[in-house]
Amino acid sequence: MNAILKVDRLTKTYEGGFTALDAVSLDIMDGEILALLGPNGAGKTTLISAICGIVQPTSGKVSVGGHDTQTEYREARSLIGLVPQEINLEPFEKVINTVRFSRGLFGKAPDDKKIEEILRDLSLWDKKDNAIRELSGGMKRRVLIAKALSHEPRVLFLDEPTAGVDVELRRDMWEVVRRLKESGVTIILTTHYIEEAEAMADRIGVINKGEILLVEEKGALMARMGQKELRIELAEPLDAVPESVADRELELSPNGKRLTFRYDTSADRTGIVTLLSALQSAGVKVADVETKQSSLEEIFVGLVKKQEEEAP
Amino acid sequence: MNLQAVRAIYKFEMARTFRTIAQSIVSPVLSTSLYFIVFGTAIGSRIDQVEGVSYGAFIVPGLIMLTVLTQSISNASFGIYFPKFIGTIYELLSAPASFLEITAGYVLAAATKAFMIGLIILATAFFFVDLQIQHPVWMLVFLVLTCLSFSLFGFIIGIWAQNFEQLQLIPLLAVTPLVFLGGAFYSITMLPEGWQAVSLFNPVVYLISGFRWSFFGLADVALGWSLVAILGFTGACILTIGWIFKTGWRIRA
Repeated sequence: MNAILKVDRLTKTYEGGFTALDAVSLDIMDGEILALLGPNGAGKTTLISAICGIVQPTSGKVSVGGHDTQTEYREARSLIGLVPQEINLEPFEKVINTVRFSRGLFGKAPDDKKIEEILRDLSLWDKKDNAIRELSGGMKRRVLIAKALSHEPRVLFLDEPTAGVDVELRRDMWEVVRRLKESGVTIILTTHYIEEAEAMADRIGVINKGEILLVEEKGALMARMGQKELRIELAEPLDAVPESVADRELELSPNGKRLTFRYDTSADRTGIVTLLSALQSAGVKVADVETKQSSLEEIFVGLVKKQEEEAP
Repeated sequence: MNLQAVRAIYKFEMARTFRTIAQSIVSPVLSTSLYFIVFGTAIGSRIDQVEGVSYGAFIVPGLIMLTVLTQSISNASFGIYFPKFIGTIYELLSAPASFLEITAGYVLAAATKAFMIGLIILATAFFFVDLQIQHPVWMLVFLVLTCLSFSLFGFIIGIWAQNFEQLQLIPLLAVTPLVFLGGAFYSITMLPEGWQAVSLFNPVVYLISGFRWSFFGLADVALGWSLVAILGFTGACILTIGWIFKTGWRIRA
């Protein structure tokens, strides 16, 4: 796969001296969904804004479809659609007119058939003649997406599309994003909902304090960094961890009926077999065993914490 | 050149005008009609002719200028300030459009609305006074240039303003006094010599003088100077807007 968007050492330092982006480099592949995870104030929105032309970068380069966003901004920007985090819409304008406006602004000739297609896809066609202020919050978000898609971009930025949105609407939004991916649009999604990244992304990037901590394929990331838990249900409760296995990282549940063992899937030896035979030798009767993969949230929190510990 | 962007902005802004047609057109027409009634008919009937023109007719160009100037400024400043205020400016900044195209869209829409109102007020004036236009083409040229240049100026105010108070500040504190003191209701030749000299520093004097000349063939300053003043002002506004977009002043972080 080719990179449709290349970010090369992009830096943004504001007038007050605050560095929101610190030499960020990132390649985004054609047709993928990249989820950019980061806590509030990590630099997610600044990164998007600097790519899209809303914020002037201090240094660094960005190219979209091979076009530099500074020197060939017309070509580069016409490939990008942006759905901002805030619901920024003209309240008194009709839905269809605001979408037509966006299409024209991005240099495309009027095409009501295309607009109809987009509005129908987003279940907005029935509301096309309604003023924006008459719509619900979820519908307003869809209007933002319709506006961003009106000029048929190849790359779509979704800045926290489900922030403050209820669960049903969030899943609804995920469905919209999946359909967009199927139509060939490359999607960059920022979120601080780990669940969202886990559910949708092909690759995950983690950003904190203006630095990209990692970008990796979701499955590989979880396999590489994920710890697994082995839960051993005991036939008879124990008062304490048997002495013969006390040197291992074992945790006994308060009721004494479950032992939890954490292990690294990428290690040469997980230690599961020796643990189980040691328990057998100690006369512990095992009723059941199950394993559990640690969530992306734990990986994310671990990474951010590590960076904060390492920071001077 | 992204002409589609110019067209889209123009259409969007004009739609706003027609959506609020009452406040867009009725209110300036009403307030100007009141000026005609008070200054033209009531007080004006007791004033002698000014340089051979009845006072009621004499103030028509000044009144049109007063409205056109304030309308151009308020339309254009609100046009660009509103997206800043509600946050939709992100779309303008991320669009494949140059400063020239964005400015053209907003300024042309603001100027069109001001021009329409100018013509409506002119038509209204015919109901109140006997009026003849000696140089109709020049009248239109002055009207169009004034609409454009002050819409450009309004666009700058809209970018500069950080709240609604600031949006009103310059029109209230600078433009209205300049128009009133710029000969809207009198000829500057009626002033003592010292004040005449001071008046020549008021750019609005040149606009009203040129515009009045197109009606009655009377001018406080030579026609050429009026044209130089208005073209110079337009050029200064364009240069300022170019600088704003280049540096991102008050629009791009």
